[in-house]
This record gives sequence, structure tokens and C-alpha cells, in this order.
Amino acid sequence: MDTPVIDINKLCTSIQGKKLHEGLSLNVYRGEILGLVGASGSGKSILLRTILGLNRYDSGSIRIFGIDHRDQKSALSLRHRWGVLFQSGALFSSLSVGDNIRVPMREIGHISETLMRDLTFLKLKIVGLPEDTEAKFPAELSGGMIKRAALARALAIDAELLFLDEPTSGLDPISARRFDLLIKDLQRNLNFTVMMVTHDLDSLFTVCDRVAVLVDQKLVIGTATSLQKHPHPWIREYFQGRRASTLKGEVEK
Amino acid sequence: MPTAPTVTVSQLKEDLILCLSGEWRTFCLPEIKHKLSALKLPQESKVVIDLSSVDFLDTASAYLLKKFLKKLKRLKISYKIKEGSPTIMATFHMVNEFTPSPEPRTEQTSRFSLIFLLNFLGKMALEPLKTLLEALSFLGEVTIGMIKILIHPRRLRFITLVDLIHKVGASALPIVGLISFLIGVVLVYQGADQLRRFGAEIFTINLLAVSALRELGILLTAIVVAGRSGSAYTAQLGFMKLNQEIDALHVLGIDPIEVLVVPRILALLIVLPLLTFFADIMALIGGGIATYFLIGVGPDDFAKHLLLSIGEWTFWTGIIKAPVFAFFIGLVACFEGLRVSGGAESVGKHTTQSVVEGIFLVIIFDAAFSILFSVLGI
Repeated sequence: MDTPVIDINKLCTSIQGKKLHEGLSLNVYRGEILGLVGASGSGKSILLRTILGLNRYDSGSIRIFGIDHRDQKSALSLRHRWGVLFQSGALFSSLSVGDNIRVPMREIGHISETLMRDLTFLKLKIVGLPEDTEAKFPAELSGGMIKRAALARALAIDAELLFLDEPTSGLDPISARRFDLLIKDLQRNLNFTVMMVTHDLDSLFTVCDRVAVLVDQKLVIGTATSLQKHPHPWIREYFQGRRASTLKGEVEK
Repeated sequence: MPTAPTVTVSQLKEDLILCLSGEWRTFCLPEIKHKLSALKLPQESKVVIDLSSVDFLDTASAYLLKKFLKKLKRLKISYKIKEGSPTIMATFHMVNEFTPSPEPRTEQTSRFSLIFLLNFLGKMALEPLKTLLEALSFLGEVTIGMIKILIHPRRLRFITLVDLIHKVGASALPIVGLISFLIGVVLVYQGADQLRRFGAEIFTINLLAVSALRELGILLTAIVVAGRSGSAYTAQLGFMKLNQEIDALHVLGIDPIEVLVVPRILALLIVLPLLTFFADIMALIGGGIATYFLIGVGPDDFAKHLLLSIGEWTFWTGIIKAPVFAFFIGLVACFEGLRVSGGAESVGKHTTQSVVEGIFLVIIFDAAFSILFSVLGI
């Protein structure tokens, strides 16, 4: 097996003295979609932030594409290889949607203005937004549209690694399903790696290749189906709830 | 290390074969564009595009490839595609499906047309009027809110008020004190220099007392408070508006004016006169110390002369203005805060406006008071 895209080794994190992760390890391989779940407040978002280098950690190591982002020089090159979809979109409110999507393109430089515009429309179409969204400002968009626009920005430079923080939360089930399929399709075609925090069991069963559950400051990794038989009570309840079992039936059919 | 995208051209019987290979990534877009446009293809030739040795193709480069094919069509060059791996073809077809329609640009109305000008003029004339009306209605709402609190004092959020008084008052003491102290020193230095020519150095104390107590103490304090607390009010209320906290209050049946605006204005009403008093004292202390070193007047003489130089109204003319200034600084700050909409940029815009308008109103009312006092002869 080749080197993992994300390689977390014995990570320990604490926030204001409270231990969130202790000896947490995780490998995510190329072309994989990994779902991250955990109880509210268990530190999923902090884990994501730590991987992105927005948070300090106490000990252990995080390597992405073999690069440790505490190494300032090479860390910058990482920023051009990943795309991030934040939970609330985090679109720049003073820029139009089009300009938002062009921000990452401008960062890598030397793409002509007309080509950038064309690519912007292409990305908008890929995520299923009408063309006139290009000139709109984030404040004029609905929640679902913000998610899509933010995904378009995350996809802007066809990054090799995509982080999605609750991509389908707040979407209606049909849109959420389409969103899932879209990510799956794009992933299959472009062979990028996805790490997504989600509570959507539908996504976990249909899209994710593997699921990592954050319990007791550590990760339990398996597939959505195999985790149903896991001895840990929280995990079992999570995957065997009424919602989960109906979904499981559908998947097995 | 990813392999660079390459295009090799070879001839096979009548067909021209373009063999694409390497990784076609967004990073290499200019290179790809250059390579594709540098290809010189004779008209009416038959071209085979071989995608079978492409290692990677992303959407942006697939888009460029599509554009290239369109160009071939325009030049009436017939082409065939030799398919590559399924994932590459999937990307290729996906982009095909999504290729934007040729004229997606939104039409821009000319900036200098007559209609645009008239439209602009109308907007510029009506917007301030609308804002003024809104501000007046806000003034009404706040007044009613204040009266309600006067009638039912128990509905006042007391803890909030105390906290606000601490934030806008107690923590402003160092900066207000320092500024006033230094202004006192400056007044004495400038005054003594001028008055020495007439041998009337001692009247520096009159100058200090009158200007500090009547004007500078209150004016400087009001400006500092408008900049410090006015901006804080606007930014805080603005963020609350964006975060739907104001809506949440409405839905809970709580009047935002009552719980947010009235305590804020009340805090300023209480704090600004006190801060002004503090500023006056600090200016006199600063001036007193400067007089001692510059003119050699000791503390006793300074105090005596000070008492002689101020009339019974000198101090009060300064303090009377404080509640009025406080009310308008608070009113403007809360008004602008609640007008925030959209996003972060709006918070910035309204915070700026709040401070500018607050200071502007302070100066306007100061001028009005000067005229009033002069008419009243105090």
C-alpha cells in the first residue's frame, strides 16, 4: 500500500485543560472517502481543525501527503492541494460567489482572467447552481445554495484532498442525497481523497468507504455495516438506531 | 513528483495522431493552454486524439481540451477520440455535460447612461431621507422604551446595566484621564507663552479653567466614548443581528429595544457626566502641575486663582451637555448596529458610520449649546 494521504500518529490534543484526543491514530489512503462521526462535543471539529493546522496539539504527529504542517515552509504548498468545506460555508461575505470561487484559483496564480471566469461557471454547474449565482453575494443565498457555493470553492482547483464538515446538514433529504452522489461521482472521476464529518447515516452507508468513530478520545475505525456489531454501546446505538436499521435494509437490498 | 502534461504528434497514414500523456492538472493550465494553441494543424486533416496514456485529467484541463475540440470543429478539422481509462473518460464527459453556455455573462448596464444617472440621483436623494425617517422612528421607540422603564423600573436589566457601566465607564478611566491630563498641560504651555508677552501669565489659569471645564473636558470625553463604546455597541448589536439573536428575542416576545438598547443608552447617560467630571479634574491637575513648573505658582495660589476665575456656571455648562451627548452617541450606535444586514462588511460600514455620526452629532450639539448659553448669558 502506498503512503497514506493523512497519517495521524498518537495525537494528543487538549483544549483548556480538557483532554479531547489521547493517542489517536488514523490513516486515510488515496481515493478513499472516510466518514468521521462522534457524539456532539466529542472533539470531531477540533480534530478536523487540528488536521488543517488551525489548532495546536500537545504531542504526536500529523502528516498530510507526508508533510508535517508544523514545518512552515512546506506547509504552504499543502494549502494548494486541499479544499475545505466549512460547516457554515465560510464564504467571504464581501465577495460575490464567483469571486469566492476564484480566490483559490488566483492563489495558484497564472490562470488568465477569462479562463478563470469560464472555470467558475463550470464549477457552478458541477455543483448544480444556476449561472446567475455567480454575481450574487453570500448574504443573498439560501442555506443549501451556500453549501453548494462553498463546495464549488472547495473544488475550485481540483484539490487532491477534500475536507467536508457536515456537508449535508441543513439540506432536505433529496438535496442531501444528490450532494452525496455528487461527491461520490466527483471522487470516482477525479480520484481525490475525502474526509467528512457527518451525522447523516445515509451518507455514512452509501458514500463512505470507511467510518471512524470518535469515542473515549480515540478512533474506532470500520465500515458502517461492521460497526453495527461493535461492542461499544455508543457505537452500537448510533448505527443500530431505528433510522440506521431501515437504511441498512435499503443498502442490503 | 507528477509528470508534466505532454502532447506528441505523429502521422499514421492520413491521420494525424495527437497523443496526450502525463498528468493534466489545474496547476499546469497555462502550460496546457500554450501547448494546445501551439499545435499547427493543417486544414481538412483528420485528427485522432489519443487519451489512452493520460494518467490524470481534472475538470479544468478537461475543459481546456473541450475548448480545443470546439476550435477544431470551427476549423472544419474532423477528429476522433481514442478513449482512455474509464475515470478519465468520466471526467471528460462530465465536463462535456457541464460546459457553460457560450454567453453566460450578465449584461452590465452602461455606467454613464442617462437612466443610470437619474436612477443614481434619485437613490442618493431618497436614501438619506429614508434613513432619517427610520432614525426618527427609532428615536420614538427608544423614548417609549425609556418611559416604560421609568414606569416599571423592575423591568430594567440591572445586572446588564452594571456590567455596561463597568465596560463603558470604569475601563475608560485610564484613557480619558491621560488625555485630559495632557490637554491640561498643553493648554498651560500654549497659554503661558502667549500671555507672557502681556505680562499676564497668571491668567493662564483662567484660560485653563474656562476652556477645560466648559468645552474640552466634555468634548474630548464624548469623542473618546463615541469612538470606544459607540463602535463597540454597533459591532456587538450588528453581530447579534447577523447571528439572528435579535430575531430570537423578537420570537421570545422580548423587546430588543428594552433589553439591548435602553440599558446601553442608560449606561452612557450615567457614565458620561461622571467621566466628564473626572476629565475636568485631570485636566486641572495637569494644568496645575504645568503652571507650577512654568510660572512658578504653588498649589495654594493655583487653587485660589482657580476659584476666582470660574463663575458659578462654568463647571455646570460642561456637565449639563454630557447627558445630551451620551443619549445621542448611544442612540446612533444602537441604531446603526440594528441596521446591519448581510455580512461582515456591513458590520464594518455601520461601525464607521456610527462613530462618524456620533462625533458629528456631538459637535453639532456643542455648537447649539454654545449659542444657547450665550443667549442665556451664562
